[in-house]
Amino acid sequence: MKLPIYLDYSATTPVDPRVAEKMIPFLVEKFGNPASRSHSYGWEAEAAVEEAREQVAALVNADPKEIVWTSGATESNNLAIKGAANFYAGKGKHIITVKTEHKAVLDTVREMERQGFSATYLDVQENGLIDLEVLKAAIRPDTVLVSVMFVNNEIGVVQPIAEIGEICREKGIIFHVDAAQATGKVDIDLDKLKVDLMSFSAHKTYGPKGIGALYIRRKPRVRLEAQMHGGGHERGFRSGTLATHQIVGMGEAFRLAKEEMVEENKRIAALRDKLLKGLSDMEAVYVNGDLEHRVAHNLNMSFAYVEGESLLMAIKDVAVSSGSACTSASLEPSYVLRALGREDELAHSSIRFSIGRFTTEEEVDFVVKLLHSKVGKLRELSPLWDMFKEGIDLNTVQWAAH
Amino acid sequence: MFAPVYLDHNATTPLHPEVLEAMLPYLREQYGNASSRHEYGRAARRAVDEARQQVAAATGAHATEVVFTSGGSESNNLFLKGAAASLRPGLLAVSAVEHPCIARPAEQLARQGWEVATLAVDGEGRVEQGAYAELLARRPALVSVMLANNETGVLQDVAALAQAARPTGAWFHSDAVQVLGKLELDFRALNGAGVHALSVSSHKIGGPKGAAALVLDKRVELQPLIAGGGQERNLRSGTENVPAIVGFGAACALAARNVKEYRRRLADLRQQLEAGLHHQGARIFGAGAERLPNTSYFAFPGVDGETLVGYLDRAGFAVASGAACSSANPEPSRVLMAMGVAPELARGAVRVSLGATSTAAQIEEFLGVLKGTLERLTSLTAMAS
Repeated sequence: MKLPIYLDYSATTPVDPRVAEKMIPFLVEKFGNPASRSHSYGWEAEAAVEEAREQVAALVNADPKEIVWTSGATESNNLAIKGAANFYAGKGKHIITVKTEHKAVLDTVREMERQGFSATYLDVQENGLIDLEVLKAAIRPDTVLVSVMFVNNEIGVVQPIAEIGEICREKGIIFHVDAAQATGKVDIDLDKLKVDLMSFSAHKTYGPKGIGALYIRRKPRVRLEAQMHGGGHERGFRSGTLATHQIVGMGEAFRLAKEEMVEENKRIAALRDKLLKGLSDMEAVYVNGDLEHRVAHNLNMSFAYVEGESLLMAIKDVAVSSGSACTSASLEPSYVLRALGREDELAHSSIRFSIGRFTTEEEVDFVVKLLHSKVGKLRELSPLWDMFKEGIDLNTVQWAAH
Repeated sequence: MFAPVYLDHNATTPLHPEVLEAMLPYLREQYGNASSRHEYGRAARRAVDEARQQVAAATGAHATEVVFTSGGSESNNLFLKGAAASLRPGLLAVSAVEHPCIARPAEQLARQGWEVATLAVDGEGRVEQGAYAELLARRPALVSVMLANNETGVLQDVAALAQAARPTGAWFHSDAVQVLGKLELDFRALNGAGVHALSVSSHKIGGPKGAAALVLDKRVELQPLIAGGGQERNLRSGTENVPAIVGFGAACALAARNVKEYRRRLADLRQQLEAGLHHQGARIFGAGAERLPNTSYFAFPGVDGETLVGYLDRAGFAVASGAACSSANPEPSRVLMAMGVAPELARGAVRVSLGATSTAAQIEEFLGVLKGTLERLTSLTAMAS
């Protein structure tokens, strides 16, 4: 067993070796620029790009013409939100999103606010899911865009995308979905879902970093203002030389996801349940987010009376995170968990375990044992834990001010 | 398998084998997200930091001045739109021969209240001094002039242009995508002259596609194009493309090491090429100006460029009829039009761009095939008329 054990698949996944093998020829002998129209190096690269586009479209049941390559889900989210909001600004300038979205959505919406849009950030319920009635109530006559993530990156809950799609379509509002954490984990059928724009990432689904895509619906047609201008690549939606090897990698990764996700998710669910069961033995531990409407890959737990930073240090044989990778440099408690109504202490003592394709049962056993031992030790050092064990309700304690 | 001789290095270059070796671990076992705090993440962060040093060393910049992006187009968009967004709309000047990823963003800014001045060039493709002086008198807020043109290879005296712009207080940017690796690049010296930012790209120098940088004087305030996780000092969010960044770094290290010798070698090869082209009656564009050592852009009067390129491809030589991005465009090259080349002659334009894999034998063979092709095309034309 290789240490540290990697249980941070929601931050990034290893490139599947089968994907890497597909990529390498496009780094070496098939190095052409897909935009080169005058020789076979270019044509060969272009053909590979188009095959990958079909593979990505196939996983989500879309038309390949609806897939635009970007450098990643962050860029896709920026392109979708800024591109649609700006294009449809004449219809209205109100955007609705959710407090638990990824920073790539929240920061982009905030930027639109600085540019004269107004925004509503929906609260979520204690289980992390949005309340459709709250969404309906937030819709205004000038609402042009709703952006809701498919699967939350920290707690893994699956939002009711189909229902939200119905609501938005009925009102003629553009609906964007960040699906970076969803591909290969939940079924996505864009023929059925009334989603207008959907962001994808390769490196969360065993493909390479540096490549993503944006789905842009053709029927009914959704229009966007491009954010990157130049040679007119990607039908003008996104200029810039296409990174053939990365695109080929994303195509292969999504092809594998389509082929293997049913079996894989069963295996991963069994591992997650084993992990959950193993950790639930401990006192005063809480699962964050709904367990039913949740991908199999994620377990986010709070270990009360343990300081999160100390816990992360104590279990450094396990590579996990206390929030999302993008915000992990800050010591602030997770804004996602606070949106669930978790008090700061519990938010601070939370750990995200994310399981994936290469996780083994042996690794899960090791992690359960390690957590039992380390949480136990840290609690022994905690005066709060002593008070809790003595039956003192900590919420009633009047702390002296310093 | 039959592999054509690749003579289109300004479009993209084959990956250097050492670059592949540097990248492979990051496509395999070193897969961490550089923003993660565990060992996988820290290893990725160290690799990104090292690559940043390598890019800085090859461009004569400080590592803290290197902002990684997904490509040269993004670097150019980031500078123009990012700087414009932090200024009040004013006058923006770009040369008439800029790559579309400067020209199009400039048009976009024109729709947002910016006045865009296009700097005329002379017959060799160099920015006209008189027009430039007039422009400066109007106090531009932003100026972007490329260091070397992707089609002709013609160099602009960017240091002098920036120096002259200094009193205006304009932010001065230069697209250096075609220069890195072919000529020494010294951001410190250019910055001293008044250049505030350079765009450079990995896949033009034997590195992978998908990584590039904007080298940026930190006094310039930029609004990011891509918001989110706050990577790259908040100037460019999104999970770092670690393997491509590592590859870019390795390619920069090679470029820095080899550029002097490489430059001489390319110049010799191009001389051999152009002696032959001249002998066969080619008109070489921008030949009167200082050019990149690897680029030759030429036409044969009365011979259509697309047709010639098609014949050459079938004969086993991959060359370009114009910039790759707009190769599908039947219009004559914008660059040649700006240089005042007659449209009939411009339609004949063919670009040969040499690179690390080019050899004297390839050029000899190419000249032979070209001669035969031209004879065939001439006799076909004669038959038709």
